[in-house]
Amino acid sequence: MADTNMPLLKVEHLHKEFPTGSGFMGGKFSKKVVSAVNDLSFEIRAGETFGLVGESGCGKSTTGRAIMHLDPPTSGKVYFEGRDISKMNKKELKAMRREMQFIFQDPYASLNPRMTIGEIISEPMVIHGVGTPEERIERVRELLDVVGLNPEHINRYPHEFSGGQRQRVGIARSFILRPKLIICDEPVSALDVSIQAQVLNLLKDLQKQYGTAYLFIAHDLSVVQHISDRVAVMYLGKMVELSDWKRLYAEPNHPYTQALLSAVPIPDPDVQQNRKRIILAGDPPSPIDPPSGCRFHTRCPIAQAKCSEETPEFREIGDGHFCACHYAAPFPIKESHIDL
Amino acid sequence: MQYPMSNIDDRANAAATAPEHHAAVGASDKPTRTLWGDAFKRLRKNKLAMFAIVWLAITILVAATADLWVPQVLGNPTASDTATMAANSRLAPSFEHPFGTDTLGRDVLSRVIYGARISLTVGIVATGISTIIGLVMGAIAAYYGGIWDTIIMRLADTFLAFPYTLFVIAMIAVIGNGIQNVFFAIGILGWPQIARVFRSAILSVKESDYIDAARSMGASDVRIIARHIFPNSVASIVVYATMNIGGAILTESALSFLGMGVIPPDPSWGTLIQEGQKFLQTEPWLMILPGLAILTTVLAFTLLGDGLRDALDVKMKDA
Repeated sequence: MADTNMPLLKVEHLHKEFPTGSGFMGGKFSKKVVSAVNDLSFEIRAGETFGLVGESGCGKSTTGRAIMHLDPPTSGKVYFEGRDISKMNKKELKAMRREMQFIFQDPYASLNPRMTIGEIISEPMVIHGVGTPEERIERVRELLDVVGLNPEHINRYPHEFSGGQRQRVGIARSFILRPKLIICDEPVSALDVSIQAQVLNLLKDLQKQYGTAYLFIAHDLSVVQHISDRVAVMYLGKMVELSDWKRLYAEPNHPYTQALLSAVPIPDPDVQQNRKRIILAGDPPSPIDPPSGCRFHTRCPIAQAKCSEETPEFREIGDGHFCACHYAAPFPIKESHIDL
Repeated sequence: MQYPMSNIDDRANAAATAPEHHAAVGASDKPTRTLWGDAFKRLRKNKLAMFAIVWLAITILVAATADLWVPQVLGNPTASDTATMAANSRLAPSFEHPFGTDTLGRDVLSRVIYGARISLTVGIVATGISTIIGLVMGAIAAYYGGIWDTIIMRLADTFLAFPYTLFVIAMIAVIGNGIQNVFFAIGILGWPQIARVFRSAILSVKESDYIDAARSMGASDVRIIARHIFPNSVASIVVYATMNIGGAILTESALSFLGMGVIPPDPSWGTLIQEGQKFLQTEPWLMILPGLAILTTVLAFTLLGDGLRDALDVKMKDA
């Protein structure tokens, strides 16, 4: 690439809407839509890990699927190495998919039960016509060893493995073509905590070895913290805060980020018992009819009148630190606002 | 590696689940197990299904080789010798005539064996027709969805709204009786169930993550259908079709019993029962023995289907 500063992946004003209702003609005539992702913009640089956090239903998985063009975005642009994905033809899209792989959340659903793990892991090579059958087998065995599985198990079926082992198979599959970017859609949230750490370490090691960039989607800040260089927090389809993780954890500027951080368990009973938890009232509002102004104002402990009227701009408040809040400040929620 | 513990753990677990395969795979790179091979291994453990296979194999073998020995050993199944007809009429089962003889002095076992040819052919051919139509219809409904799904599935509902046997009889009444028409009628009218089963199987597979995974790798539609969707939805069809063969045999027997299927003097199990029922009080074997032939064959297909369902479920771990 001529331009070394060019980001690997650039997302601009990404919107994804789904029609609601399943009434007559699949709701084609209903005007209501679920705005799952609303005006999302970010960049991922080569070799970095970009964490995307938010609660269930906030649109983080949809973002990953839209980038991958599994569900094409409603509007907005996704650039991969400077090229607009939506303008690619079938051939270019296929070539792009060689460089961009996906790791799925549920290791029980993401492996075809009728294929051996050797067939599963080598499938990207077969699809893209890489290597001879012998080379493929060699590569699969090599990678099985790298991800901590026994290469002798190449002819086994997925059901013969545990959840953690299956996720390792999924990881091996996503790495077989040495892609530049892997979208990890909650790769550890279906696993036991003890296995989570192993898989996270594996992902870190592989990144070191191959220089792959990750878009790491999770609902758990403590998981993201383990692996991410930069972290973005999403709420109801919008990005509310983005920063490198050290700053985000040290100085959350958005009240939602702060609430999320206060929910991360601390493995020290004394600290855990005495810390102040910020409990958000109510459930997240429906994305069919999102609140006016700042989408978070209905649950925000420090909301003012302005918040329900004006949509806060996603502005840079420090070096590479973005926040969408009218009252952005380090630790915006004072103790007086915490209702215990 | 930074996490030797995980390695040891994972490998130990995997080895514990199937130690014999560990050793087998370790010896060579050749695949030691295939999907259908595995399924057969599981099927072999199912005694009822194995009994059904043996029974069906014997039935098919006897029916297929009937021309070679049945007329010589047991007697002609259709023609009767007018000279000895009266003397041979409705004899009780004996060594010479294991199932006895009918009114016209024909050997009943011989007729049952030739009847098996018709019944088995009807079962297999009619199910074949239903399965082909059902697979195509189900696949179109599931792949294209939308308006195609609506049209095909409502059409299937319409077919299913009529009582099946009555529908077949009505169709035979229109196109006339005879064995080809029986094949055709049973086959044509049997597709809606197959279409439904296949459609739902495809729909459940279509939404799975591994289809998304294949798409995200850039796999072509043909590859996704051939490698991912079809292998994961075909098992239910194999099971359903096997059981359907039994159903088709029953329908054919019912039609022949009512005089709408096979034209005499050709023997079919339904015709034999119909002929025998007149003598139920005096020579009950004339009806009971062909009835047993239907019972055992249909039961065997059902048990085999049942066994296949268990055997084809990959989530069953043993074997």
